[in-house]
Amino acid sequence: MSFASRFARITVGVIVTLAVVSALFFAFAWHSSIDPVEPPTASAFDHAVVLRGAQLAALGECVTCHTAADGRVFAGGRAIPTPFGTIYSTNITPDPLTGIGQWSLAAFERAMRAGVDRKGRDLYPAFPYDHFTLLRDEDVKSLYAYLMTRQPVRVPAHPNELDFPLNFRPLLAGWKLLFFRQGRYRQDRSHDETWNRGAYLAEGLAHCGACHTPRNLLGAEKKDQHFGGGESENWHAYAINSASQSPVPWEANTLQFYLRNGWHALHGVARGPMTPVVENMAGVPETDVQAMAAYVISLMGQPTPERVRHAEGLATRKVAPPVAAQPDNVGATLYTAACAVCHESGRPLPFGGIDLALSIGVSGEDPTNLLHVVLEGLPAAGEAPMPIMPGFAHTLSDPQLLALLTYLRSRFAAKPLWSDTETAIRHAQEAERRR
Amino acid sequence: MTAVGADTSVRRSVSRRAVLQGTGALIVTFTIFPVASSQETGGAKTSAGAPKLPGSLTNAPFLDAWIRIDADGSATAFTGKAELGQGIKTALLQVTAEELEVPLNHLTLITADTALTADEGYTAGSHSTQDSGTALRNAAAQAREILIGEAARRMNLPADQLKAANGTVIAPNGARLSYADLVSPTLLHVQAQPNSKLKDPDSFRIMNRSQPRVDIPGKVTGGSVYVQDMRLPGMLHARVVRPPSYGAQLATVDTGAVERMPGVVRIVRDGNFLAVVAEREYQAIKAMRSLAVATQWRERPALPKQADLAATLLSLPVEDFTIFEKPVSTSTAAATAVEATYTRPYLAHASVGPSCAIAQLQDGSLTVWTHTQGVYPDRQAIAAMLGLAPEKVHCIHVEGSGCYGHNGADDAAGDAALIASQVPGHPIRVQWMREQEFAWEPFGPAMITKAHASLDSSGRIADWDYGVWSNTHSTRPGPAGSLLAGQHMARAFPPPPPKPLPQPEGGGDRNAIPLYELPRAKVVHHFIPSMPIRVSALRSLGAHMNVFSIESFMDELALAAHSDPVAFRLEHLNDPRARAVVTTAADRFGWAARQKGGNGRGCGFGFARYKNLAAYCAIALELEVERETGRVRVQRIVAAVDTGQVVNPDGIRNQIEGGILQSISWTLYESVSFDETRILCVDWSTYPILRFDSVPNRVDVDLVDRPGQPFLGCGEASQGPASAALANAIADAIGKRLRELPLTAARIKAAVGI
Amino acid sequence: MELKVNGRIHSVAAAPDTPLLYVLREDLQLNAAKYGCGLGQCGACTVMVDGEAVLSCVVPILLLQGKEIMTVEGLGSIDKPGPMQRAFIEEQAAQCGYCIPGMMMRAQALLQKNPQTSDAEIRRQLEQNLCRCGTHMRILRAVRRAAQLMQTPETAVDTGRST
Ligand code: FES
Ligand code: FES
Repeated sequence: MSFASRFARITVGVIVTLAVVSALFFAFAWHSSIDPVEPPTASAFDHAVVLRGAQLAALGECVTCHTAADGRVFAGGRAIPTPFGTIYSTNITPDPLTGIGQWSLAAFERAMRAGVDRKGRDLYPAFPYDHFTLLRDEDVKSLYAYLMTRQPVRVPAHPNELDFPLNFRPLLAGWKLLFFRQGRYRQDRSHDETWNRGAYLAEGLAHCGACHTPRNLLGAEKKDQHFGGGESENWHAYAINSASQSPVPWEANTLQFYLRNGWHALHGVARGPMTPVVENMAGVPETDVQAMAAYVISLMGQPTPERVRHAEGLATRKVAPPVAAQPDNVGATLYTAACAVCHESGRPLPFGGIDLALSIGVSGEDPTNLLHVVLEGLPAAGEAPMPIMPGFAHTLSDPQLLALLTYLRSRFAAKPLWSDTETAIRHAQEAERRR
Repeated sequence: MTAVGADTSVRRSVSRRAVLQGTGALIVTFTIFPVASSQETGGAKTSAGAPKLPGSLTNAPFLDAWIRIDADGSATAFTGKAELGQGIKTALLQVTAEELEVPLNHLTLITADTALTADEGYTAGSHSTQDSGTALRNAAAQAREILIGEAARRMNLPADQLKAANGTVIAPNGARLSYADLVSPTLLHVQAQPNSKLKDPDSFRIMNRSQPRVDIPGKVTGGSVYVQDMRLPGMLHARVVRPPSYGAQLATVDTGAVERMPGVVRIVRDGNFLAVVAEREYQAIKAMRSLAVATQWRERPALPKQADLAATLLSLPVEDFTIFEKPVSTSTAAATAVEATYTRPYLAHASVGPSCAIAQLQDGSLTVWTHTQGVYPDRQAIAAMLGLAPEKVHCIHVEGSGCYGHNGADDAAGDAALIASQVPGHPIRVQWMREQEFAWEPFGPAMITKAHASLDSSGRIADWDYGVWSNTHSTRPGPAGSLLAGQHMARAFPPPPPKPLPQPEGGGDRNAIPLYELPRAKVVHHFIPSMPIRVSALRSLGAHMNVFSIESFMDELALAAHSDPVAFRLEHLNDPRARAVVTTAADRFGWAARQKGGNGRGCGFGFARYKNLAAYCAIALELEVERETGRVRVQRIVAAVDTGQVVNPDGIRNQIEGGILQSISWTLYESVSFDETRILCVDWSTYPILRFDSVPNRVDVDLVDRPGQPFLGCGEASQGPASAALANAIADAIGKRLRELPLTAARIKAAVGI
Repeated sequence: MELKVNGRIHSVAAAPDTPLLYVLREDLQLNAAKYGCGLGQCGACTVMVDGEAVLSCVVPILLLQGKEIMTVEGLGSIDKPGPMQRAFIEEQAAQCGYCIPGMMMRAQALLQKNPQTSDAEIRRQLEQNLCRCGTHMRILRAVRRAAQLMQTPETAVDTGRST
């Protein structure tokens, strides 16, 4: 979720539209408090419902946002920096004092569907209730059952560090008035059951569009560019509609495999904010993953014959053995010296380096992610098998980075350099130095 | 480094010639060394009828094979054991200096070298202090007494009025003769005696004191310490192009382009053995990569399915050995029966530094610098592989990265030797690549254990049946076919037929016999001769898995008996030293007052006496399991260890701590992965090990002092108890028992459920 | 090509695509940086470049023109160990020791930037460096001790630039 930019835009939007909404303001800004309940016991829930809730929670990425870097699972406190301050996710364990232990199902449901907490306060739309509102009642119930049976953890909410006027919650009502419509998912009779299932999940709980759809100045998703490529935590979320730039066009089965496993031999390994998404996807029923893949593929449509030809060329292409250094071409020399060792090792994905001709990082519409990976690498962490790549932040100068990107883009994507690569490089390097 | 520093630079400066010119007449003794044992145990063979000498003195009974004093009074100790990062140099120097009565920094130590030191087999099995330390201690004590005797003779005083201190013999009237004055070429060339006049532990000044390790200053300042650091005149760099899988056959290789690459000196091909030699290291690497691309191999799928590994191993033919049997005594009717099956995958040694060796053929003699654990067996294998007489091969141990058993060290030495034999004159340095180390090292074997026991009505164990299924735990050199180069060359040497290692130390059945008192018991070693995956010795051999199993099972029984795990163990433990480490660990940990397990927090206990004859070790630990992810965070660990007479307390703590952390890594995270053709874990991304974020908050090691008792090896003592303590603490935390190693987050999460 | 290592300029003949590690070890005969994987996965080859911890096995020397490279040899010598080295000796923080130089350089980079660093940050930084001997507890202690020594006036003297 691109909280940073989203909030920047929201702030502007809120100020600009303040006058417009002021008349309606009080009507929308006030919500009643819902009475606290005794935290339900685990036995209050059917095991099958809890199980279903676990799968839904995985689809909804709850754990990703509601767990701090070194914190307890679901206990909140994850810091989301914005230009106007920092917002912290909340504790959604059933602890009665600091979590949602005293929330009734009705209170939970209102939060999911209307973005209002138990006490009646509007929630920041970092919590994607604009998607969750589509959920079916039974799915909300299952999620509730799952969360209420977690281990309660007493971690008080970290106060948000937002500047005026964003720290004035009732203003959120204005944003909601403009951009938020409550409503359940409605079946599309022109498509089959699987497609509808996929659409229900992808548009609702999985909230794919929160990252993959670009946003307008006021921070709302542009409905006319649905899945057209967005932003998330300073990473680019690639277009997953007909504008997809994937060197090999996605197919339903490859996308399903990718979502399930976090990588695909023809597409590479999920990176950045997509990493937790695919990790969670491992706990989701195969049929649901399949349905989401089918739905997204239908939005991508048939690839052009040109793209198909290009992909076929890639499949039959022979990878050249590592070439000798070319002293006059810094980009080529760098690639040979630093990248080819892994990227031409012939070792299969997900642990070997991808053939960069298959990499959307090189072929995609935006260099942001490629810069992330080159500079930060994929640092080793934890003790599960994972790809590891060294980062080059402390050794590559801006001109060297430009030379490398130019070489990669022209050799592997056969496309012109992105517009304004220099600025992207400068920003990326500055961000690196701040890290 | 100072004189204490028996680091490699000092060590190399003591040439064979200097030794021969010395006063020790060492060469004479070498020709009459009895043949040393080449078993994993490294134990000595005693010839029938000879008096039993202490430690490795049996292998080399002349004192001057162990201790030499030069005319200038400088003293040198010789050991056939090698520094593997376990701090053995420092401990052996302490032992020798203490008994010889010389200052520690006046003593030099020469380690494993086929031209200089006794054949002490392998540096393995936590034997170094036990074997070599005992030999040196006794030899030093006897040498001291000989020097005192010589002084007595010269001073014309009774020996018992003289005492030795600081390299000098002192008379009551203050007259003194230095060792330099006393020593003569033949003084110490005498047979060792079975009994020595050992110092009283109360008078120790050097032993049982934490002594800073002599090798650490060089290691933290960029000294030339490792074989990887050696640079010899005219040295060339070689890289091997290994087959992509076991048994792959070299079909074609197009060497033309590689031969023309900058710096390439030679491509060596011998059957399936392919290597390239270049002037500079990075040239060799680039040439190796190009050569690999230009080579075609024929592979065939011959590996078992990883997913059904346990079933596959159980389906292989076995040779059964009943290693312990105690028939039923006064049988009380069994009330409750408990049974369990435990499994372990293949584990990698995974040294941080891939193996390396240098070899040089000159005038028909081959010198090999290697971080092998056994210079003599390695020499034997290399000589056989190249058809040389063993005397023509000189193996010198130089440190490498920690090995934890039989890793690629010997194979790298074999590679260097084979290449050097074809490029005479030049020292050939072979450095294995990371991927080669993982794909080709002999792994620690996968194992399966099955336990069955019943409790009587009072909750005591009434009977016990235990079986362990395992491959051999040693395919070490000796034979040429134990080296990869020997297997791959055109004149292919077959790998030697695998053998089980005999009790009492055992291999796969190491520590399979519980130390507990059991009214009826039977323990069977189901030895599996056929080896689908290349295996050999990994630190503690079968003890890791057997102790993991037995100690997990003890907790399962304690649960069934509604008994506290520590109390249950003590009820079945008579050996007072075993009881002492158990109670010490429990007390220091605060076992009795611990928080009750559950809700993701738990405590666990594990105990064993390594090999049932070396150090005693008990471990208590506390951990947290994150319920939603299954992730384990170890909070604190307390270990109690009895190693007999302590030599270097901090050295022991370092070893025990290291063993515990390594065992955490094995137990929680590690398994070798493979498909039906190839080994798939070839780097740190595919074979992850413990990283800093998962390191416990605290590890305390308590030494139970046993002054005057024999040394008990401790280098491998903590592997088993740590793994069991982990499993038991996880069971305590989540209320479910995991029996399949590794105890990964995914498995724990699956056991926890939603 | 010229490389500035431990305060001295060296001119080296190696090809520009050669990773720094091989140049340090072969051309400059410096032992401390170790080959562990050559893939940027283990940290055994860690050195400092302009004050940052860098994996020398994956950095071709062509990227290092004009930069300050520091290795363990630059921290002090066996006769005059620097604070980081003293700390590792005093804590006896090594078993085989193969991983230790890489640990020291990453810790040095951390402490130079933030002498008051927290235990959690030390662990976080060292996460990239592997030790197979299980020396972790001692390494952590040694880094903490080094932080103290660096702040004690008599031990904080920079003994670098030896050779
Ligand atoms: S050798 Fe450089 S990271 Fe492993
Ligand atoms: S001390 Fe041996 S790898 Fe760290």
